[in-house]
Amino acid sequence: MSKANQTVLKVANYSVDFWVEGIWYPAAINMNFEVQAGKVLAIVGESGSGKSTTAMGLMDLLASNARIEGSVKVNGQEMVGAKKTLLRRTRGREVAYIFQEPMTALNPVYTIGFQIVETLRTHFDLSPNEAKVRAIELISMVEIPNPEASFDKYPHQLSGGQRQRAMIAQSLACDPGLLVADEPTTALDVTVQAEILDLIRNLRDKLNSAILLITHDMGVVADLADEILVMKDGNTVEHGTADQIFNHPQHPYTKELLGAVPKLGSVAVRQLQPELVGLPPVLKLDKVSIEYPKKGRVPAFRAVTDFSLEIYPGEIVGLVGESGSGKTTVGRASIGLLPAVEGRIEIVGRDITKPTAKELREIRKFTGIVFQDPGSSLNPRLPIGESIGEPLLLSGDAKGEELNRRVEDLLESVELPKTYRNRYPHELSGGQRQRVGIARALALTPSLLIADEPTSALDVSVQARFLDLLQELQDKLKFACLFISHDLAVVDILAHRIAVMQNGRLVEVGQRDQILKSPREDYTKRLISAVPVPNPAEQRIRREARLANK
Amino acid sequence: MSKMKPKSEVVLEKDENEIANRQTAGLSQRQIVIKRFISHKAAMASLFTLIGIVVTVFTATGIRVGFGSFGFTIPGWWQFSITDIDPYGAVAATCNGGVTGCPTLDLAPSFLDGDGVQIGDHPFGTDIIGTDYFALVARGAQQSLMVMVIVSFLGIVIGTIVGAIAGFFGGIVDAILMRLTDMFLVTPVIVIGAVIGFRFGNLGVIPLALMLGFFAWMGLARFVRTEFLTLREREFVDAARVAGASNRRIIFKHILPNAMGIIIVVGTLLMSSAILIETSLSYLGFGVRPPDVSLGLLISEYQGTFSISPWLFWWPGALIVAIALCVNFIGDGLRDAFDPRQRRHISAKDRKRAKEMKGMQS
Repeated sequence: MSKANQTVLKVANYSVDFWVEGIWYPAAINMNFEVQAGKVLAIVGESGSGKSTTAMGLMDLLASNARIEGSVKVNGQEMVGAKKTLLRRTRGREVAYIFQEPMTALNPVYTIGFQIVETLRTHFDLSPNEAKVRAIELISMVEIPNPEASFDKYPHQLSGGQRQRAMIAQSLACDPGLLVADEPTTALDVTVQAEILDLIRNLRDKLNSAILLITHDMGVVADLADEILVMKDGNTVEHGTADQIFNHPQHPYTKELLGAVPKLGSVAVRQLQPELVGLPPVLKLDKVSIEYPKKGRVPAFRAVTDFSLEIYPGEIVGLVGESGSGKTTVGRASIGLLPAVEGRIEIVGRDITKPTAKELREIRKFTGIVFQDPGSSLNPRLPIGESIGEPLLLSGDAKGEELNRRVEDLLESVELPKTYRNRYPHELSGGQRQRVGIARALALTPSLLIADEPTSALDVSVQARFLDLLQELQDKLKFACLFISHDLAVVDILAHRIAVMQNGRLVEVGQRDQILKSPREDYTKRLISAVPVPNPAEQRIRREARLANK
Repeated sequence: MSKMKPKSEVVLEKDENEIANRQTAGLSQRQIVIKRFISHKAAMASLFTLIGIVVTVFTATGIRVGFGSFGFTIPGWWQFSITDIDPYGAVAATCNGGVTGCPTLDLAPSFLDGDGVQIGDHPFGTDIIGTDYFALVARGAQQSLMVMVIVSFLGIVIGTIVGAIAGFFGGIVDAILMRLTDMFLVTPVIVIGAVIGFRFGNLGVIPLALMLGFFAWMGLARFVRTEFLTLREREFVDAARVAGASNRRIIFKHILPNAMGIIIVVGTLLMSSAILIETSLSYLGFGVRPPDVSLGLLISEYQGTFSISPWLFWWPGALIVAIALCVNFIGDGLRDAFDPRQRRHISAKDRKRAKEMKGMQS
């Protein structure tokens, strides 16, 4: 305990700039902060705010076109402008990193044991056997089941959560004074995220390390942070204790950021418009099973089993579940991108269980889909006007001048300037691209819209605007919508009804409030209790309740 | 320094993805590629050199149209043709030690060797019987360039179509097309070329090039297939399908433009290898036959005279190297231009300039 309250990291007048085509662009401007042993400092901000750059710059891990100025002291040692050998000794031993995506941060051709041993033997004089003993100790410390067997496993043999644990074990190998966690749980499901956060908290108590947490998720911050630093465009907007930031935010940006975070149960249930009640369903899935066919030696994989769901006109149904639960597969089958092997799929009364090319062309007029990743769902070589107009052109609805007019109307309806029709996707921001995705999906005024995680790639403030827009459009056009998401809070805002999926099966389906307030199934309960709430006090109560239930 | 001022003001108005926008503002993908290509110095120099070579060799001796005796020749600006024999040129006065036909081209100015800069009657010299060597080399280069264009055109068209179909449809179609590709791949090109050359070489260079083109597509087909395999999983392909696009539209309108980079790059590599294949075939005697000439044939014919008249060897050799090098550099420039991740590193000069700017601001 000699380390208690000792300042591990002290950053003063720290700036990072990037050289882009003749100009220095500031990514982090004049930052000052310190982290004490046993404390967690969270740097919060939206994408492009410079939070990751700040973290990487501390140990000079940035690309060659970066310039770092100011002072970074780790245990009193100056790191800016330090010799390469000193930096290398400090990295891993005194400052360790945990990255966002454990699949890419771990080397796929080596076992996790090998990678931990490698770190150990780089920094300490250990025999291979001693290193192995220590590595197994670390693996059991991060609570990976069966440490001896896991030592010889490759990253792909572990689940996402276990990979992140292995990553943490590796970073803890040298008992570092400072742990930098760059979005450590962003790629994980909520239940796994909750476990990893518990683990990080336990380790902090046990090892008394200082932790620098980089994240965009206010819930994660509320769960873990002692102190918070809010960044925007490279500037420090606000800096204070967790209590100050969450309960008495001073800066308007902090308030806006907190306001944009969707909270469970904060909005009233949306009512179905009365004239739409009692109409036949738009989409009817009846005991549907979907398989991915056998490929070479890989056997057929049944992604969805015995799934039944009906969606009525004007209704938004939220479909939630963890990754791999088959949500996206259901979405794709619902518009005929995948055939069903059993059961029956009907759209506006037409059977598309095993659709022919002709049937598919017919249902195109009634369906639209918004994809998850706005970066990959727009053709990079087509101007967005052409992408939006494609359904109109191919269905023969509009041509020439008429087509141009319709495209401009669509752009206007998603609040983008008309002049954007000649722009290319790479010139737009993520939120703008997702609007283009909606405009394209709504081009033919479909009766059914499938939205496949449309907000998962967006920042919270952009997400809030996007959700508003979607609601407005839905009120106006009255389409039915299957909204697929892993984020219960988002579904909570939009949906009339919620369906919960696990391992390809429907767990339960019901009215929004019934699912969120009085879930019947254990799985639903667990899912709801694992969602971190952006409020430190409330989150502590929820966490304790969850751990007590275990 | 006054030029820097407005730029630093821009920095203040920062928006969400300004850094990305700065490089791409208002530009289509194609314009970005062209801009990047133009800034690639070696590629631009090669492009102009290649254009220079092409224009010179095709206008110099005229172009022969048609086959064998059924053709006619559009006359060129050079005074000799490959059939003119100049008995005086064969004993040029500048030659040392009684050697005949050496080059009259002299680039050294008069204060160095006294003769002054001149082109003379036979800048590249003459061959043993007195044919003007510039005319021969120009004609040979024409043939080689023609082979290059035809072979690479056929290779690109066939390779792209085979690769696109195999990659897009997958399954049994892919398996059949790829095994076919394997069959073509396992046969050594030089053996195929020798057989083709033996059979079609006497018909002239164009039929030879056409036949070679049918055996030049396999590499590209492989590349295009791989590219299609990745691209067809992208969400914009699903989006197009949901919009009602047919397979043909998806392949040609949506995927192919995105695979253009790899096609152009492999295509240029194919061009330079086509030139080398024609050269090696002609050198071995399976390609172009006399009285017509090609660069490879010239080298093969005069290899015995290397010790006495080395220029007969130099000129065609230098031209082959120059053309192949230019095409490779252009391909290199195109690859850099098409790769969006390609970022030039910050140079020492830039760093220095940036430091000056910083000092100015504070």
